[in-house]
Amino acid sequence: MNIPSQIVTLLAGIILTLVSLWYGQNHHLLPIAASEVAPLVDSLFDTMMVIGTGIFLLVNGILIYSVIKFRRDPNDDTDGPPVHGNIPLEIVWTAIPAVIVLGLSIYSFDVYQAEGGQDPMDHSVAHHGKNHTQMAKMSGAAVAAPLIADSQGVDATPLMSEDLPPKQEAPALGTVSPKVGDSTKPTEFVVNAAGMQYAWLFTYPDTEVVAGELHVPINRNVLINISANDVIHAFWVPEFRLKQDAVPGRQTEVRFVANRLGEYPLICAELCGAYHGAMKTKIVVESQADFDTWLQTQIASAEVGLDRAIATTPATLTEVEYLAPYAKEIGVTAGVLQQLQPAAAKSVHAPSIS
Amino acid sequence: MTGSTLDSAKTSLNYHHSDEVQATAHAEHHDFRVLGIIVFLVAEGMIFLGLFMAYLTFRSVSPTWPPEGTPKLELLLPGINTVILISSSFVIHNADTAIKKNDTKGLRLWFGVTAAMGAIFLAGQLYEYFHLEFGLTTNLFASTFYVLTGFHGLHVLFGLMLILGVLWRSLKPNHYSSTAHFGVEAAEVYWHFVDVVWVILFLMLYIL
Amino acid sequence: MTQAAQYQEKANLLAHGSEPENNWRQYFGFSTDHKVIGIQYLVTTFIFYLVGGVLATLVRTELATPESDFVSREVYNSLFTVHATVMIFLWIVPAATGGFGNYLVPLMIGARDMAFPRLNAIAFWIIPPAGILLMSSFLVGAPGSGWTSYPPLSLISGKAGEMIWILSVLMLGTSSILAAVNFIVTIVKMRIPGMGFNQMPLFCWAMLATSFLALVATPVLAGALILLSFDLIVGTNFFNPTGGGDPVVYQHMFWFYSHPAVYIMILPVFGMISEIVSVHSRKPIFGYKAIAYSSIAICGLGLIVWAHHMFTSGTPPWLRMFFMITSMIIAVPTGIKVFSWLATIWGGKLRLESPLLFAMGFISLFVIGGISGVMVASVPWDIHVHDTYFIVAHLHYVLFGGSVFGLYAAFYHWFPKITGKMLNDTWGKLHFALSYVGFNLAFMPMHKLGIEGMNRRIAEYDPKFAALNLLCTIGAYLLAVSTLPFLVNVCWSWAYGKPASDNPWGALTLEWMTTSPPPVENFEADPVLATGPYDYGMGSRATQVNVPFSDPHSPGLSAGPSSTLRAKADPVVAAMPSDRQGESNNR
Repeated sequence: MNIPSQIVTLLAGIILTLVSLWYGQNHHLLPIAASEVAPLVDSLFDTMMVIGTGIFLLVNGILIYSVIKFRRDPNDDTDGPPVHGNIPLEIVWTAIPAVIVLGLSIYSFDVYQAEGGQDPMDHSVAHHGKNHTQMAKMSGAAVAAPLIADSQGVDATPLMSEDLPPKQEAPALGTVSPKVGDSTKPTEFVVNAAGMQYAWLFTYPDTEVVAGELHVPINRNVLINISANDVIHAFWVPEFRLKQDAVPGRQTEVRFVANRLGEYPLICAELCGAYHGAMKTKIVVESQADFDTWLQTQIASAEVGLDRAIATTPATLTEVEYLAPYAKEIGVTAGVLQQLQPAAAKSVHAPSIS
Repeated sequence: MTGSTLDSAKTSLNYHHSDEVQATAHAEHHDFRVLGIIVFLVAEGMIFLGLFMAYLTFRSVSPTWPPEGTPKLELLLPGINTVILISSSFVIHNADTAIKKNDTKGLRLWFGVTAAMGAIFLAGQLYEYFHLEFGLTTNLFASTFYVLTGFHGLHVLFGLMLILGVLWRSLKPNHYSSTAHFGVEAAEVYWHFVDVVWVILFLMLYIL
Repeated sequence: MTQAAQYQEKANLLAHGSEPENNWRQYFGFSTDHKVIGIQYLVTTFIFYLVGGVLATLVRTELATPESDFVSREVYNSLFTVHATVMIFLWIVPAATGGFGNYLVPLMIGARDMAFPRLNAIAFWIIPPAGILLMSSFLVGAPGSGWTSYPPLSLISGKAGEMIWILSVLMLGTSSILAAVNFIVTIVKMRIPGMGFNQMPLFCWAMLATSFLALVATPVLAGALILLSFDLIVGTNFFNPTGGGDPVVYQHMFWFYSHPAVYIMILPVFGMISEIVSVHSRKPIFGYKAIAYSSIAICGLGLIVWAHHMFTSGTPPWLRMFFMITSMIIAVPTGIKVFSWLATIWGGKLRLESPLLFAMGFISLFVIGGISGVMVASVPWDIHVHDTYFIVAHLHYVLFGGSVFGLYAAFYHWFPKITGKMLNDTWGKLHFALSYVGFNLAFMPMHKLGIEGMNRRIAEYDPKFAALNLLCTIGAYLLAVSTLPFLVNVCWSWAYGKPASDNPWGALTLEWMTTSPPPVENFEADPVLATGPYDYGMGSRATQVNVPFSDPHSPGLSAGPSSTLRAKADPVVAAMPSDRQGESNNR
């Protein structure tokens, strides 16, 4: 059977396209999507996978075909055809990738926009308005904080103004306090997260509850104010497709709407020292009722003043205690709490920057 | 490959080229060395550029600049220093003109004057260091001030060494001539570079 | 032997020198011969590659199980920190630029040495002490804050180790800058007459672009490290937030060098692949100018993409968008190269020996790194996978699947020229098969790990990732083992291998127009360009001549570039670029 080469090429092209399209949707590489923006990121990735699979198959197909088809006859000492180039062909393979990457840029920009990454005009206005509410919410925390701190006998001077002078934004020169998430929507729920070696500490400003794991109600616009006390950390929830560095001296933000009940890992994604791998906790997305119950429990235990759930510093554990960090709910004794206290007090104060 | 008419322009050009390559392929070839210095100065310039950008960023991310409690910088002494350094660039150029006329005495004179001016600059810089009210670790401004001026000062010192080295060598008869004076050119190019960097530095640290 | 090669060789018969006397002592001393320095670079850096490989194997051994059970966490951090530093600063950069660059550039442009031979030797001799210094840090507590060494972490973990790291990298950076100065002057000034920029072998174009990047970018890293060391030793607060400093400034300065560093590592390899693909496919390189100029485009764009490493750190939105677009656009010149290589292979007469196998392996693996590179350039996707194993996979596909496979291809291709002995091809194929399988086994699963939530630089991980990690570790062991056939092959062939002819591959570039190995000043007489560097298959169109191509005593009577015998040059093979027709003509 002798099939004309154009037909073979066409068939190969069709098969390549179909395989790419199929694999791009069926790669099973992504974890569960649990936030509102996650599906957007996922379909961006699917698109890139379609294109990527196509290019991969094209390049490797040509290589394999060449190895089979164009291998040299051992007795043939002559050269191949002296083809120096083909301008139209070169223009095609310059133009097509250029169009693809520009399209991907626009698509990515769009997704980034939907994530709320960029609102250059809107930013200042929306931001300032929002900051007032934020301040108001936080003032409660700021007032409450000395009480917590005092009860532990620790000096309650605010951290940011003393130890960590806050930075200004310098957008033109490229260093600002980074933010990710849609800041145009009204914030419905605020948590302050403080990263330290090697734990996250979450403060719920309305209720002064401090916890080592993050509980958020489902389907609410959540704002996490992130600060770091020692080195750079990063707040990452793979299921939310969101990550944000915690830079000492700057208050960074993550906003998200979690829309799927469940417990997800919350990971520090920036090398922060020897126990970096252990700096992880969980984020619990629950219904408003469950969340309220949990909050009440926390308030109650805080009043008892004893077994407050707080993140632990692995460095203070022995090796044996440390080896099963995953199975074990992070619980702390009063002694550990004592050691952690300076950091805890700091984190409570951290958000008072605006 | 063979033809009937001769293309004399092309052949003479070719001869010229091949002579040059023959000569230069062996070890010493001063033309390339000056080019090499210039290329190297691009790298030097990038260090300063990096430090300048860091300074500007520190400046713009700090709420107050210089940080509260930093005493104001005196302008008189650095101003005089700047004038001296800028003039020295013109002085050193005279030396270059002199050696191109085979005037070794002129070379020595102008290099001597440049060296003196460089030394005065360094002395002024040290005087300023000793009379400043802040130290290296006082605050971010102080640190950047000392590191930038200090790093530049090291370059001035190195340039001064180069100039003195050339002066020393020029004492040997016929060491430099109108055709062979790589050392002179290198010192001059380097000195101009140090000068330009200082002007930017001065504007950034004292004026801006 | 093909006609084009015969033609070029015949023209350069006089360029051949006598066999160099073999004095092994010069390889341990301060030699100013670029070939000796090139070999010194290659051997030294390969030793460091083995050291880095051992460190990588230790890292993967730790990661074979989810628990931190093989080494302590501090040691683990030091292992990956030193692994990355060694592989980047002591292996790929100096091997590709210092090693092959030094050996090949003067030969390819027909020069007798580099522009500044002593500077060249100094640049090399900085490397061994810097490497030994870095290794010695294990005695005092090696640096453990990653090769990025971000403050404030780098300021609070082991000071001695960190300071050693800074010193070592500063020394290596200096060496790299000095080498770059040398290459730029050599390539711009020392080409043989008749070789315009567009008659240069593509490796020289790549080296020109690389050297420019090294020259411009490395000093900024030096600036950052100087400031960092002040913070570390004197207690200033440039990058320490407690004293008002800003760690983000360090990140900008660091990546201003370290992203171009990726191109410093890959551009020379692009150049090598262009040479190898063309020679072994017996076809002219497809789109010479496109490949040459895309190196320059990558060089230019490479300087304005650095902040894509900082999408989750303190960069403003406009900057993220700007750097996303520039990073994506870099895929275009890179794509041009890949497609040009494919078109070069297409329809050729492939000599499927080790050099071409590794070159084709390079293309097939690099393209995966390129695809994942475009993905991570996209801000929303990068926000998800930044600092995860997806990045680890991506960078290894670029730097191992890319650079190292390319370097191996270059080793197999130029070994006959460097040593005068052929490498054994069967061992080469075994080496290729083991590396290719081992590499993919080790790094392909990491894509999935990263996307699913395994962050990088961790000694312990979630047990749900255990199976894939074990696979990675097995792949890494296979990769480690794959080095053995190469080592055996090199050692055995160097001593007892089949002697190589001057031009065993029938190549046209000038390094093959002299003896293998070349004599001390490379060429007895200046070589001439009878054909372009890639004019395969064009021999039949050449006019036969009966005058010698070059004659050092009376060049005017030879047919070479100084000929007075002709008025109009043959447009196909003319030595003067202005007389040439077709692809290689730009003047």
